[in-house]
Amino acid sequence: MSRRARGITLSIVLAAVLVAGVLLSSIIGQLSISPSEVLGSLLRAVGIDNSFASSDPIIESTLWVVRFPRIVMALAVGAALAVAGSVMQAIFGNPLAEPGVVGVSSGAALGASFAIVLGGNVAVLSALGSWGTAVFAFAGGLLATLLVYFMSRANGRTEVVTLLLTGIAINAFAGAGLAFLLFIGDTASREQIVFWQLGSLNGSRWQEVAIVVGVTVVGLVIAALLARRYDLLALGERNARHLGVNVEALRIGSIVLVALLTGVAVAFCGIIAFVGLVVPHIIRMAIGPSHRALILASAVGGGVLLVFADLLARTLVAGADLPIGMLTSLIGGPFFFYLLARQRKRSGGFA
Amino acid sequence: MTTPPVLSATDVSVVIDGTAILDSVSLDIAYGEVLALVGPNGAGKSTMLGVLSGDHKPSAGSVQLEGKPLGSFSHLELARRRSVLTQENQVSFAFTAAEVVEMGRSPWVKTPQLAEDDEAIAAALAAADVAHLVSRQYGSLSGGEKARVSLARVLAQRTGVVFLDEPTAALDLRHQEEVMRCAAGLAASGRAVVVVVHDLSLAAAYSDRVALISHGVLDAVGTPAEVFTAERIERVYGLSVEIVERNGRPVVLPVR
Repeated sequence: MSRRARGITLSIVLAAVLVAGVLLSSIIGQLSISPSEVLGSLLRAVGIDNSFASSDPIIESTLWVVRFPRIVMALAVGAALAVAGSVMQAIFGNPLAEPGVVGVSSGAALGASFAIVLGGNVAVLSALGSWGTAVFAFAGGLLATLLVYFMSRANGRTEVVTLLLTGIAINAFAGAGLAFLLFIGDTASREQIVFWQLGSLNGSRWQEVAIVVGVTVVGLVIAALLARRYDLLALGERNARHLGVNVEALRIGSIVLVALLTGVAVAFCGIIAFVGLVVPHIIRMAIGPSHRALILASAVGGGVLLVFADLLARTLVAGADLPIGMLTSLIGGPFFFYLLARQRKRSGGFA
Repeated sequence: MTTPPVLSATDVSVVIDGTAILDSVSLDIAYGEVLALVGPNGAGKSTMLGVLSGDHKPSAGSVQLEGKPLGSFSHLELARRRSVLTQENQVSFAFTAAEVVEMGRSPWVKTPQLAEDDEAIAAALAAADVAHLVSRQYGSLSGGEKARVSLARVLAQRTGVVFLDEPTAALDLRHQEEVMRCAAGLAASGRAVVVVVHDLSLAAAYSDRVALISHGVLDAVGTPAEVFTAERIERVYGLSVEIVERNGRPVVLPVR
């Protein structure tokens, strides 16, 4: 099959799975809602009066206060993480670069936890109000990304081993910081910090959803506009420069972009690892490495993955809301093994 | 040279970690000529190429492109004026050879020259003899094939100045000749070509002028016949050679 045909097939499959995921997530839950009621409610929201819509206020509020914001949040966070992953892989020239693996997520979580625990005591944080956590998550993520960037690059490329070791170091440091904050925090803060580390879409509110969607859309557009340059970067830093790319500006700009996308996702939903690794990888296998298609498809693919992961998270155990970060790591861990095995078969492992 | 130089380096020195890699080298390159940079390993050929192409900033001295300092051009402006074939050509991710060659056209996006895309790519594929490789993944090609696909990418860029850093290194005998003939063809069509080669006979056969660099100093510059004398090559390379003339060009043979 040609890449074009594969691209069209992938688009259709993704669209179908996306619709199915959104519909299933709307109807399944503690309160069962029929598909026609979901459709009716949506139609009524856009101003088309119909007979499908339920008149039961409990169904309406379940949909509009609980399920829809959560679904949109899953789509946005999944897209943000997958796009961040593909951008990071592009600028590191390395398919294993991922916000969770290299420590950007834990850096962001450390920033967020700092804001949670010290919220009332730091002047900057009081001034930021409810935005404090998000801003600090972003700052933590940015700091971690910059650290990885400067620590693991040599001669314009990033060795896999150096990259992963840098990730270990940053995760260790962020882990220590989190432990300290857990130690000094009060009970309420502790609970909130535990939530960051596990990741959850539980209790997503429209106000938060709007922020995540806004940042994700802006990030996605910027990433798509830079796609051609990311392609050239695959030729290596020098060759990209010979073809007119301002490599340093591109790298720094992209790092801010990755930190922004990861930071906003982590700020409201905690650490959801491996989305940025698994999704771009599968998309690349399906339609090739060209970045414009890769980034757009990864955004949709990431959203789809998280919608289904969240559906599982809240239905797998009756009456319990499992942490979604746990589920994505459950998928991501074995996938990482698979990548290692494949690479070993081909060239004796990552060197 | 009767035509004014498109590129001229004046008293260029490069010092890295206290070691002088290049010491006060001056060199002019004009449109329509192939200039071969030759010299022993570590003499500073690639560094000189890097300085001329704008990769390295010289520690002292200056480089002018079209009469303006090289540093005054933006990345994109440079990319539309000069192309560079580097020695190492790794490609991350599984791009196909066709995609890699197409990347050579990227400086011309949003310009009228974009209309030439298909024709430029087809011509480049033919010149580098890689048209049969287009659907292959770049990473799965042999070293010589990679080198030729990368050459096609550089040719597709269609710039007035072309730098080739050891384009023949990984190639078989026929492709070595073809690549050098291609370089001569570029010059014949009015471009300026700067090529680093190790094979002195190859340099002599296809270049208009030769610049011999030794220990960071420009030892000689001139026509192949002027530069390649047995005495000079023996002094610079530390090896006795015999110079034979074939078709008006010197052929350098080591004395064995």
